[in-house]
Amino acid sequence: MNRFSYLRATSIDEAVRAAAADPTSRFIAGGTNLIDLMKYNVERPERLIDITRLPLNRIEEADGGGLRIGALVTNDEAASDPRIRDRYPLLSSAILAGASPQLRNSATTGGNLLQRTRCYYFYDPGTPCNKREPGTGCPAAFGRNRIHAILGTSEHCIATHPSDMAVALAALEAVVHVAGPDGERAIPLSDFHRLPGDHPEIDTTLRHGEIITAVELPPTDYGRHYTYLKLRDRLSYAFALVSVAVALQMDGDTIADARLALGGVAHKPWRDPEGEAMLRGQPAAEDRFAAVASHILKDAKGYEDNAFKIDLAKRAIIRALSQAAAGTPQSQTDKRIQ
Amino acid sequence: MQPANAYIGTPQNRVDGRAKVTGEAKYAAEFDAPDLAYGIVVSSAIAKGRIKSIDTSAALAVPGVLQVFTHENRSRTAWFDRNFRDETAPPGSPFRPLYDEGIVYGGQPVALVVAEEFELAAHAASLVRIEYETDAHMTDLDLRRSEAYVPPKKRSNVKPPPSPRGDAEGALAQAPVKVHAEYRVAIEHHNPMETHASTVIYEQDGTLTIHDKTQGAQNSQSYVSSVFGLSSSQVRVASPYIGGAFGSGPRPQYQLFLAVMAALELKRSVRVVLTRDQMFTFGYRPLTIQTISLGANPDGKLVSLMHDAIQTTSTFEDYQEVVVNWSNLLYHCDNVKLTYQLAQVDTYTPIDMRAPGAALGVTAIETAMDELAYAAGIDPVELRLRNYAETDEADKKTFTSKELRACYQLGAERFGWAKRNPEPRSMRDGRELVGWGMATGVWEAIMQKTAARAVLTRDGNLEITSATTDIGTGTYTILTQIAAETLGLPMEAVTTKIGDSSLPKSPVQGGSWTAASAGSAVQNACLSVREQLFKYARQMEESPLANASIEQVMFVDGRICLMNEPNVGVIFAEAMQAAGVERVEAEEKASPGMLTSMRHSGYSHSAVFVDVKVDEELGRVRVTRVVNAVAAGTILNPKTARSQILGGVVFGIGMALEEESMLDHNLGRFMNHNLAEYHVPVNADVYDIDVIFVSEHEQLLNPLGIKGLGEIGVVGTAAAIGNAVFHATGKRVREYPITVDKLLG
Ligand SMILES: Cc1cc2nc3c(=O)[nH]c(=O)nc-3n(C[C@H](O)[C@H](O)[C@H](O)COP(=O)(O)OP(=O)(O)OC[C@H]3O[C@@H](n4cnc5c(N)ncnc54)[C@H](O)[C@@H]3O)c2cc1C
Ligand code: SF4
Repeated sequence: MNRFSYLRATSIDEAVRAAAADPTSRFIAGGTNLIDLMKYNVERPERLIDITRLPLNRIEEADGGGLRIGALVTNDEAASDPRIRDRYPLLSSAILAGASPQLRNSATTGGNLLQRTRCYYFYDPGTPCNKREPGTGCPAAFGRNRIHAILGTSEHCIATHPSDMAVALAALEAVVHVAGPDGERAIPLSDFHRLPGDHPEIDTTLRHGEIITAVELPPTDYGRHYTYLKLRDRLSYAFALVSVAVALQMDGDTIADARLALGGVAHKPWRDPEGEAMLRGQPAAEDRFAAVASHILKDAKGYEDNAFKIDLAKRAIIRALSQAAAGTPQSQTDKRIQ
Repeated sequence: MQPANAYIGTPQNRVDGRAKVTGEAKYAAEFDAPDLAYGIVVSSAIAKGRIKSIDTSAALAVPGVLQVFTHENRSRTAWFDRNFRDETAPPGSPFRPLYDEGIVYGGQPVALVVAEEFELAAHAASLVRIEYETDAHMTDLDLRRSEAYVPPKKRSNVKPPPSPRGDAEGALAQAPVKVHAEYRVAIEHHNPMETHASTVIYEQDGTLTIHDKTQGAQNSQSYVSSVFGLSSSQVRVASPYIGGAFGSGPRPQYQLFLAVMAALELKRSVRVVLTRDQMFTFGYRPLTIQTISLGANPDGKLVSLMHDAIQTTSTFEDYQEVVVNWSNLLYHCDNVKLTYQLAQVDTYTPIDMRAPGAALGVTAIETAMDELAYAAGIDPVELRLRNYAETDEADKKTFTSKELRACYQLGAERFGWAKRNPEPRSMRDGRELVGWGMATGVWEAIMQKTAARAVLTRDGNLEITSATTDIGTGTYTILTQIAAETLGLPMEAVTTKIGDSSLPKSPVQGGSWTAASAGSAVQNACLSVREQLFKYARQMEESPLANASIEQVMFVDGRICLMNEPNVGVIFAEAMQAAGVERVEAEEKASPGMLTSMRHSGYSHSAVFVDVKVDEELGRVRVTRVVNAVAAGTILNPKTARSQILGGVVFGIGMALEEESMLDHNLGRFMNHNLAEYHVPVNADVYDIDVIFVSEHEQLLNPLGIKGLGEIGVVGTAAAIGNAVFHATGKRVREYPITVDKLLG
């Protein structure tokens, strides 16, 4: 932990200006990730800008029929909101698959999107890590990589993005609204997180000084045929080894439209438009699901501890598609997988 | 009708429960002092080599930083290894914090930053700059396997394997049914809820009062005295409440050393608390490679039994535990060969962890026995009954009591074992495969010399004291029950004080020996008080008990009365008043009976039955039902006893399915050093656990017939789960934990 100064922002404008003025500053919302990282000396901000008093804690109807979730809405509030449960049950389910009730009470929508990888090395300043200290190397690639990525990795980093919520948001094609020194902009969720490439230290396309104000869910018709299936090393309270968010529009037994995103396998929620296209207009049948799964994982690369994830991801995709097609979404309390 | 004050064997709430849930119970890191300073430990980034330079200037420049202790400026401590050895140390040279520039394991403490505030210390600690010179390290047991050796010096209280009997190799070659396999259990760390902490109060007269998270207050006290050259009257260690330890607490840990050193140097009070990640920088349950060969006749009777174990230890101490002896202890066989070896790796020395040795060895033999059951086509319970050891064959002794047969029978009945289809993959529940497995558990019933004191005052209150601790097991409660029943007082009249080095002598709490040892000592002390009281009562003028003998009276509700005429009696206070005494007190010891241990072996046993549901495609295992039938002599308090077994079973679920400390061999470092990535079972992982206490008449070990319950619950559970997974899937996983990847692959 380092010494830092603390500012309680009273307006979005003040928060943005203060952040832009200090490149080492960090916004703090629920603090469930940032404080841990500070204790580990991974994050060493000289200034903390507390945004919890900003008026960003509402869930509102958006123009055009969607919903707008304020950046400070807690994970618990979002998951239990009747509108979200009714119109976007996939999102509610994914949030409830994550963390613990206590954490969900504190964690915010904005913070959840910006939580950092759980790579063991990233958390341990006694080890090298390109994401933490660019240029020092990636010990995970030759070390312990059970929880690491199999898709979209680079030689510089094989970390995953750990969020469950973001996987559902990716499938729902949410849009992230941000405000910054240069005004406001909207970033489609699929462009929000990035792949590690040559710069694993950069997780997202958010610029320094920009604050997330809201996440907007476009109007959709995915309220019935959906599922969030999360596989992990214990039955609850663990990050995903592999998770699958599926939302289908069914026309009888035929899939009219499909969205599918994977979590726990890449540096960002993983979508594969070609794979989704393979489902459109097709009957909901297991061999088709298997073909889609193989397609999505065709470029996957496993490492010593995590090669099993390739097979696991395929099986999870097949099961999740079956659940969604049947309209029997995975329960997040009953640990039996239908 | 139960006589009043008959508490032994009845379910009682924890006497310390209220203090614990209200926060009144204070733990080592919660004690305060007006001049308290805070120490933060800096841990080594490398696994082996030396510190080339250590720059503390930036840390020292932070206002409020009092000192940065390193090997360069540490205070002088004792010279000899023996001064650093504690009551539970294995043979070797104990690790000495900040001793010199050498680094012998990853995460080793290399500096202590002490400041006026906790946050300042944490900040300053991040400013200490260290340059290392690295040497090649080795943490991979597989690569050290060829250098394994039999420990030249035995660790006290740890029995080496017995000499071979018969011709195990020859018999195996001839055996019609064989099992030969290698088994592993991953390294585990204890991860108690409370991290290790020491608050050293520097008293005005220069003496130290230390609040230490330890399973042995006197062990810590004598360590501190001998390392720092203090007389024992200068050091008091208190550890009245412990937030779990599981064996991480018997040895004094480095935070104690560092806090004491800082307090003595700075002449003020200092607190050092380890972080969760630093909980991975000392002992652990060692990685163990076990090889078992079983040879049997077609009827399942063993003709050859071989069990070998190679276990990790550090480069500076020869840690030892009993891993292989259990196999022959459980099963009769004439041709037996058991071996136990160590191999050195560059980590800290392993330390005991709940059921040390047995949790590993029994997991392996009970998995192998399951394999034999399938190989011979015999029901797993039946196979065990056919090979049931009637005596301790290695030591040629008889058992003090052994109701394992009843454990099998009652456990199987409760579980519904008879309905099991023996065929693997034969049972289903919807999509999931169902597996039923079982295993045996065993743990030694140990007694250690322990003293206790009982002080009865005229107001009818009894105080019980002993230095022993309560690591959450319920020691406070059972000692209170024993005292109240022995002296005929309501439990509310008894105050039990433990966990303080100034109290009557006790070894560390561990090995499940505390209930038997401290319990017997308390009983003895109360019996002594009883005799004195009775003497006073008889000496009273016109005493109604004048002609009675102690056998003819009972002590009930603060009165001594005639058994056959309960209305006739004397109130304790009257007897004390007549004798002119304010208090009646006695200190007594309890020790293991020499004669008993020469002729008999004492063990607790269990039979664990497990129901798992396996989603085979996705590799998900749910342990939906566990029945654990335990025979452990007298069950003093079925309520706290049940909790011990529940906790043990949950520990076993962790071992079977989740727990694994991941070493990065390139860096020589444990990597998943936090509770997000080191997985222990959470509520969702734990379904029904049904605990049965099988009645067992134990007379030889101690007068109350206590065997202890701390470890037995974990032993056998992992194997039973593994065996159930095999029954469900037909897949034998011989490396615990059974994680998704191993089931898919
Ligand atoms: C033990 C544990 C288990 C967990 N398990 C899971 C799990 O299974 N699944 C899962 O999805 N998550 C899990 N989490 C992570 C948890 O969801 C995140 O920690 C949480 O969502 C972060 O939200 P927060 O508001 O606390 O963020 P903070 O810690 O406050 O901030 C995180 C980051 O976001 C930035 N930030 C916050 N708000 C804004 C904003 N509005 N604009 C710009 N920047 C912002 C901060 O500067 C910081 O860099 C777990 C966490 C823990 C500790
Ligand atoms: S995977 Fe990424 S985060 Fe992990 S060690 Fe490599 S560079 Fe660092």
